[in-house]
Amino acid sequence: MSMPSNAVETLNRDWLPLRAALIDLAATLDRIDRAEGSVDEDARWAQIQQSLAVLSAPEANRAEQIQLIFSLPYEPNWRP
Amino acid sequence: MDFIDPHIHIASRTTDDLAVMAKMGCRAVAEPAFWMGYDRSGVNSFHDYFRQLTEWEPRRCANFGIDHYSWMGINAKEAEDVGFSREVIAELPSFLDRPTVLGIGEIGLHKCTRNEVATLELLIDLALSRGEMMVFHTPHLEDKYKGTRMILDLLRGDRRVDPARVCIDHCEEHTIRLALEEGYWAGVTLYPVTKANPRRLVDLVEMVGPDRLLANSSADWGPSDPLAVPEVVASMRRRGHPFSTIHQLVWDNPVAFLGQSAHFHAPI
Repeated sequence: MSMPSNAVETLNRDWLPLRAALIDLAATLDRIDRAEGSVDEDARWAQIQQSLAVLSAPEANRAEQIQLIFSLPYEPNWRP
Repeated sequence: MDFIDPHIHIASRTTDDLAVMAKMGCRAVAEPAFWMGYDRSGVNSFHDYFRQLTEWEPRRCANFGIDHYSWMGINAKEAEDVGFSREVIAELPSFLDRPTVLGIGEIGLHKCTRNEVATLELLIDLALSRGEMMVFHTPHLEDKYKGTRMILDLLRGDRRVDPARVCIDHCEEHTIRLALEEGYWAGVTLYPVTKANPRRLVDLVEMVGPDRLLANSSADWGPSDPLAVPEVVASMRRRGHPFSTIHQLVWDNPVAFLGQSAHFHAPI
């Protein structure tokens, strides 16, 4: 659409923020693992696992896919 | 670069914020009526709030050379009591005629309940019966996708709706195309943690183009940034976008949308 960027330039520009975001994500998951108890039965944990799978997928609309993982379903016949 | 913030809650910001916004190039703002962080106890509280938005905040902004406009409405978070909502809605017509009021907003859904929908239908009907423009608040977080689609369903069912005079606000990656494909303006809110941010807005510009997009800070009483729009300008420059595209997003688009109201006058 508007301003298709060069991939290498984009990686150069976003390299350090992306690296920091991934380390922060890993550290947060580690923090949950270290804590007492379990979140295995928590629906939010399943959403996080689904989102992590999306991150490693090849599609280019990962943000939209993750938004939908965290969304309630729409019911077309919602009117009474 | 001069800019217009088409959605910001000045009533919740300090005078120091206004000074910095003016220094950064802010020339005009539009302030939708919203939830002030607590439920109001009666209609008089809303009446006083509407007076604040139409009398005091324009004067406070004028001290810094910023034109202040507002939208009138009852937000979804206080719309569960339909009887109370009717009383507040009865207050709106006299304020809609005031010289800096652009239309009805921000109205919409919060938890997408039957009562919220009932109140929203009353507000939409008031707007359309008077030929008013509208700004829609779409829900937060997990309710956003469902609520956005419900709002679009409501609007699609009324032949009086002109999508060019309606903004579907707080759009994100999973809802922006829903609004644009039906001809509405799409607001993107630069609100840390719970909505979009400047970098993601620039991504959206690159994915769907700048037409009918509005970049807004929605800065209010929560963690938010009244300089979020100039941050978008900086992000777009960093990514090599031309001046014309940046100017369209932060100036031409707000002027085109807000300028559909006879009460809006683009800053010279």
